[in-house]
Amino acid sequence: MFVLVEMVDTVRIPPWQFERKLNDSIAEELNKKLANKVVYNVGLCICLFDVTKLEDAYVFPGDGASHTKVHFRYVVFHPFLDEILIGKIKGCSPEGVHGFFDDILIPPESLQQPAKFDEAEQVWVWEYETEEGAHDLYMDTGEEIRFRVVDESFVDTSPTGPSSAEAASSSEELPKKEAPYTLVGSISEPGLGLLSWWTSS
Amino acid sequence: MEVKDANSALLSNYEVFQLLTDLKEQRKESGKNKHSSGQQNLNTITYETLKYISKTPCRHQSPEIVREFLTAMKSHKLTKAEKLQLLNHRPMTAVEIQLMVEESEERLTEEQIEALLHTVTSILPAGPEAEQKRNPDIVTGDDEDAA
Repeated sequence: MFVLVEMVDTVRIPPWQFERKLNDSIAEELNKKLANKVVYNVGLCICLFDVTKLEDAYVFPGDGASHTKVHFRYVVFHPFLDEILIGKIKGCSPEGVHGFFDDILIPPESLQQPAKFDEAEQVWVWEYETEEGAHDLYMDTGEEIRFRVVDESFVDTSPTGPSSAEAASSSEELPKKEAPYTLVGSISEPGLGLLSWWTSS
Repeated sequence: MEVKDANSALLSNYEVFQLLTDLKEQRKESGKNKHSSGQQNLNTITYETLKYISKTPCRHQSPEIVREFLTAMKSHKLTKAEKLQLLNHRPMTAVEIQLMVEESEERLTEEQIEALLHTVTSILPAGPEAEQKRNPDIVTGDDEDAA
């Protein structure tokens, strides 16, 4: 679920922080820059693991701050393909079930078959057939589910320059809030789905 | 900023849990340093991740338990990713093992799956909810944690 990522970056320490230990200032700056942020094609950064190498710090003319090149390792949330994760159902919609960090979607094809969407209660239902008859197993909000990671997608959300067309200006006022990192999951295998479905045995 | 190696090491949930609790202790000790927006992100992500990991069975693990688990796993010939998943999730049924170990029907016989389940449940301490249900049976957790 979590991986260590080695990165290199130049950290700028402003002069009013010179009295603090360099390592502490650097750790704080790195955490300020990366914690809880998604790095493109890498994952969601959690916190600094350690600093592997500190190169010499330079002060450039015109800027009183010191710039240090730092080699460090960061803890990143990046589940690998086919990994099993446990998350909470945050909501159900006709697209599928959402869970965990709010950006994990399980599309209807990957739900346990056969499944149908109950419009009245706005929940997904798994129709489970046994000898006695069909059991309807509901996927309620707040329930914990186990799912397998099938796919991931990173979206580059860096700001683009102003577009030339004026016609597009009105639509651009509504910012498209796209999640920078989404996971697609599947629960169509024995053992996946609501935890309560499988622990009664 | 450049990324030198996007996959240099895999971390278990327990390691991340320990790292974040240590970090929290450190920041509490050093007093109120900048509760400004700069640290807010770190606070948020630390809180969320700790909340998630505290509900999993990884909470009660220790480095010795992990080492013991890995030596016991050596005989079963599993890949690193599979061992990590077993460590993080602590499966209690054969179905869960089938999920985490690829092609387990072909690679492991039924007795091996049983033995694997037995190793997992005996070495790794149970999660917080399981402890409430199985109170009289717990012997392993206390012995390991006392060390």
